[in-house]
Amino acid sequence: MRDAFLDKITKLAAKDKDIVLLTADLGFGVFEDFESRFPGQYFNVGVAEQNMTGLAAGLALEGKKVITYSIGNFPTLRCLEQIRNDACYHDLNITIVASGGGFSYGQLGMSHHTTEDIAIMRALPNITVVAPSNPWEAGKAIEALIKNKGVGYLRLDKTNGSQDNANDNYELGRALKISSEDNDNDNDNDKDVSFFVCGGIIQEVIEAVELLKESKISASIISMHTIKPIDKKSIRDAVKNTKLLVSVEEGNIIGGLGSAISEYCMDYQQIPSDFLRIGLDDKYSSVVGDQAYLRKQYKMDSQYIAKIVQERILKKI
Amino acid sequence: MFVNVSGNFMIKKLANNIRKHAVNMTSTGGSSHIGSILSIADILAVLYGSVLNYKTDNPKWQSRDRFILSKGHAGAGVYAALAESGFMSVDKLKTHYKNGSDLSGHVSHKGIPGVEFSTGSLGHGLPVAAGMALAAKINEDEHTVYVLMSDGECDEGSNWEAALFAPHHKLDNLVVIIDRNKLQSIHSTEETLGLEPFVDKWQAFGWNVVDVDGHDHEQLISACNSKMVGKPLCIMANTTKGKGISFMENQVLWHYRSPQGKEYEAAIKELEKNDA
Repeated sequence: MRDAFLDKITKLAAKDKDIVLLTADLGFGVFEDFESRFPGQYFNVGVAEQNMTGLAAGLALEGKKVITYSIGNFPTLRCLEQIRNDACYHDLNITIVASGGGFSYGQLGMSHHTTEDIAIMRALPNITVVAPSNPWEAGKAIEALIKNKGVGYLRLDKTNGSQDNANDNYELGRALKISSEDNDNDNDNDKDVSFFVCGGIIQEVIEAVELLKESKISASIISMHTIKPIDKKSIRDAVKNTKLLVSVEEGNIIGGLGSAISEYCMDYQQIPSDFLRIGLDDKYSSVVGDQAYLRKQYKMDSQYIAKIVQERILKKI
Repeated sequence: MFVNVSGNFMIKKLANNIRKHAVNMTSTGGSSHIGSILSIADILAVLYGSVLNYKTDNPKWQSRDRFILSKGHAGAGVYAALAESGFMSVDKLKTHYKNGSDLSGHVSHKGIPGVEFSTGSLGHGLPVAAGMALAAKINEDEHTVYVLMSDGECDEGSNWEAALFAPHHKLDNLVVIIDRNKLQSIHSTEETLGLEPFVDKWQAFGWNVVDVDGHDHEQLISACNSKMVGKPLCIMANTTKGKGISFMENQVLWHYRSPQGKEYEAAIKELEKNDA
């Protein structure tokens, strides 16, 4: 995903001198080409995220289209008030990019687990929150966020999810259906389950759907790459057409994608027959493990997803 | 109107008017921070009366100098300076701190031409000003970016991140003015979290530092003209919190207290003597 992001900003920066990339001393072996090609458009500001975000505000006030980059929670939680007061209140063209969403940096420990970012960013007014499910979406998202003018948050995963929606038109705030081989021509009205997913964890869901097929449970997968603003229509359609809505996100269950969907459902009286949120159950991880291991540990892996969904569907029957 | 006047008399009058407005605004609004505002009234008068390039009929004029008040709690002082300079009517100052007003207790840019940036939480102004100065360098613009900070505000680490950044990138179009009144929220700065040797710290970070009397208009103007090529400028403006109203001077109480009744009358009377 990071490569797709880099590829896209390199292309955009070549055409638009107002694009400025700030990094808080992360991106070794990543930004060297960008730096040498675009002097005056790249600054490594040092390990100083508060200053990076303030600088971004100052640059954006002067008409620059600024990207702040770091990993994990550093470009968001470390400088949250700068994002709130300096960037969002002033409604500036700043895109905050965090590489390493969820458990991407699993073994590095709790400090590097990016698990509350979506909830916290989403709570700020004047921000668009995006967690792409695959590299194609990541490239499209950064382009759209820069064009969008306001503040954006882009969460990149270390792992790559499916690329099966690459032929679609991309729009911020419009969910994309992930097609699977024999589902393409299926009517959504016939599906038992609708999965709403953000981030690379979509790969676990794709595998879970394959497992569910063995139990004759059909499912559609929707990449809810934009968590704010949420795509209301996609939720409305799923409420109408399927028995069970499931949100899957690699982050705390409080305040993220599942919460955003629930809020819409309650506010607009679009109550699903059944609803399940899959995510981190309001805890920090002190367990050492890679992303796949931690997903399993915290009940977000394909097998668990298939098992819990099957139980919910059967119980319904 | 005090647009770009250099006469010392006019700046003195502007400073006194800012003080009077501030006393009126904090009294009628019932708001705090009069001591902090009085501390910077002379600095604001020098900036708006002499140093800053701006056009009141075109607040977003590209070649204007930028000014950020980082100690946003003294926002009433900026509102007063803007009104006196012609950015808004003096009458509008009466709405300060009132329900439905644009003029909040901490300075806000919304609906107020001439305010570049909203502040209120400390430690935000300098990084943003550094970003504006960096943009000016990239764009090869000639204007200067000024940021006025409090000394107590320098407890915030974000300032020191920016203090490292500005000299590293040779932002000689950036001027920091520190309101060194040595009093912060509860006690003196030195009792709270020692800043001394304060000038040495800024010098060690690579700044061109000028140490002046923050109530001496000539010294302040001269300091603003002390820019060095390749280095950002830090003006250590030694001030007195509550300056100009004898019973408020150096009294931390007036960080909070709103002048009412006899205190209000005594304050205005003292300032009016300066007009005679």
